[in-house]
Amino acid sequence: MLKYSFSRVLVAIPTLLILIIISFLLMHAAPGGPFTSERPLPPQVLANIQAKYGLDDPLYVQLWEYLKGIIFHFDFGPSFQRKDLTVNEIIAQGFPITLTYGGLSFIVATLIGGTLGIVAAIRQNTIIDYFAVGISIGAQVLPNFVMAPLLVWLFTLGLGWLPGGGWNGGAWPNLIMPVIALSTSYMASIARITRSSMLEVLNSNYIRTARAKGLPERTVILRHALKPSLVPLISYLGVAFVGMITGSVVIDIYFSTGGMGVAFVNSALNRDYSVMMGITILIGALTIVFALLADLLYAWVDPKIRY
Amino acid sequence: MNNITEVKGRSLWSDARRRFFQNKAAVAGLIALTTIVLISFIGPYFAVWSNEEIDWDVMGSAATLGMPSFESGHYFGTDDLGRDLYSRVLQGTRVSLMVGVIGAGISVLVGTIYGTVAGYVGGRTDQIMMRTVDILMSIPFMFVIILLLVVFGRSIGMLFLGIGLLSWLDMSRIVRGQTLSLKNKEFVEAARATGVSTPTIIMRHIIPNLLGIVAIYATLLVPAMILTESFISFLGLGVQEPLTSWGALISEGAGTIRYDTEWQLIAPLIFFVITLFSFFFIGDGLRDALDPKDR
Repeated sequence: MLKYSFSRVLVAIPTLLILIIISFLLMHAAPGGPFTSERPLPPQVLANIQAKYGLDDPLYVQLWEYLKGIIFHFDFGPSFQRKDLTVNEIIAQGFPITLTYGGLSFIVATLIGGTLGIVAAIRQNTIIDYFAVGISIGAQVLPNFVMAPLLVWLFTLGLGWLPGGGWNGGAWPNLIMPVIALSTSYMASIARITRSSMLEVLNSNYIRTARAKGLPERTVILRHALKPSLVPLISYLGVAFVGMITGSVVIDIYFSTGGMGVAFVNSALNRDYSVMMGITILIGALTIVFALLADLLYAWVDPKIRY
Repeated sequence: MNNITEVKGRSLWSDARRRFFQNKAAVAGLIALTTIVLISFIGPYFAVWSNEEIDWDVMGSAATLGMPSFESGHYFGTDDLGRDLYSRVLQGTRVSLMVGVIGAGISVLVGTIYGTVAGYVGGRTDQIMMRTVDILMSIPFMFVIILLLVVFGRSIGMLFLGIGLLSWLDMSRIVRGQTLSLKNKEFVEAARATGVSTPTIIMRHIIPNLLGIVAIYATLLVPAMILTESFISFLGLGVQEPLTSWGALISEGAGTIRYDTEWQLIAPLIFFVITLFSFFFIGDGLRDALDPKDR
C-alpha cells in the first residue's frame, strides 16, 4: 500500500510539470506579445517593459522563473490585461465562489444519485426502478449548458420563484439553480453506476449466503451489500469533481455568479495569457490531486486492487 | 433425401445484426438519427432564407415578428439579428455532427493503433506508452483546448485538433486491455508459430477481433465529442460566424430567453437532444448485439 501510494505520487508530479510546460509553451507560441496593442509602443518603451517582466530572457530562463514562482511562492505572476491585479488576486476573488457551489453540487449529485441507484437496484423492475432509470437516461442529454437556460425559463421567467442570476453572498435562492444545473448529468451517471454495481453485488454468492442464514433484508443490504457496491463509484468521483469545476465556467457566465469560470473565459477572450495559465494550472493540480485521492481510496477500500 | 436443407452458418456479424434489429430503442435511435442527417443535408433546398441573409423587417423586433411561421418562410423563426433559424439550425447540425464523427474517427484510428501496439508488444514499451496515457488523462483538457483555440486563433481545424488530442486516450486503454487478452489466444500463437510477422499479426488477427468493441465505444464517443464541442461553442470560443453549431445556437437562444423568444432555444435543443439520445441508444444496442456475454 505504501509503495503503491509512493509510486502514484511520483507519477503525479511529472504530470503537473508537463501541464505547466505545455501551457507555458502554448502561451509563448501565441502570435503577438502581451503588450502588443492597437497603437504600437515606441520600441524603446516596449523593450523596457519587456525587460521589467523578464520577457527578453531566453525561453528556458523564463520557464525556470515561472516554475520557481509557482513552486516556491505559489505565485502565478501579474495579469497582463488588468494591470492592477496579480493572477493570484483574480483567482482568490473567484475561487471560493466556485468551490461553494461546485462542492454543493458534488455533494448533491453523490447523495441523490447514489440513493437513487441503490433504491433502483433493490427494487429492480418496479415502478421505482423504471423511474430512476428513466431519469438517469434523460439527464445524460441535459448537460449544464442546457439545464441552465431551461431552469431560468421555468423558475425565473415562468414561475418567478428564483432570481435569474447573481451571487448575493451565496444566499440559498441564488444557489439553487446553479447547483441543479451543475449536478444533474453527474447525478444521472452516479445513479447508473451505483445501480449496476449494486445489482451485481446483490446477485453474488455471499449475499445469497447472508439471506440463507435468515438475516433480515435490512441487514443484508446495509451491512453486507452497501459498502462493496460503492467501490466502483470512487473512481468516478474524481471525474465528476473535475467536470463540475469545468462546468463552473458555464454557470458563472450564465448565472453571473462571479466565480473563477468567468475570470477564465474573460481572460480567454481578452488574451490575458497569464490568468488563463494560472487557472489552467490550478485546475490541473486539483484534477491530479483528486485522481490521486480517488486511486488511493480505491486501493484502500478494495484489497483486491493492487497495481 | 432431397428435402434435407443445408443448415446455413450464422456468422458473428449476422447474429449481431439480428440482435441489434430486435432492440426497439436502438432501431428507433437509428431511424431518428438517419432522419436528422437527411434533414440537415436535404433541408437547405427547402429553405427560403440562407443562413447568412438578414431579414431587415424582423431585425430588432424578433420577439414580435420573428416567430416561427410558414408565411414568412422562417419555419423555426429568426434569431435576434433577423437571420433565419431554420437554415442556421441545419447548418449547425452539419457542423456538430461533423465534429462528432471526425472526433470519434480520430480516436478510432489513433486509439486502436496505439492500444494494440502497447498491448501486443508489451513489456517496457507498454509501460511507457500507458504511463503517457495516464499522464495525459489527468490534464484538464477542456482548458487546454480553450488555451489552444485562443492562442492559435479560433478555427474548425484547431477545434478538431484539440478534440482529437483528447478523444483517443480512453479508446487506447480499452483496446489495450482487449489486445492483452487476445494475444495469448491459440490462433495468435498459431500465427506466430508459422512465422507470420508482428505487423501482419496485428493487422490480420488482432484488429479484426477488436472491431466489435471499437464500434461500440466509437458510437458512444460521438455524443461525447458533440458535448465537448457544444460546451466550447456555448462559451463563444468554438466555431466562428457565419458558421454555427448546436452549442453556439443554444448559447444564443439561452441568452435571449429573457426576451420571450424561446423558439431560439428550443429549435436547436430539439435537434441536440434527439441526436444525443439516438447515439446513446444505438451504442447500447450495439453493445448488447456485439457483446452477448455482457447482457
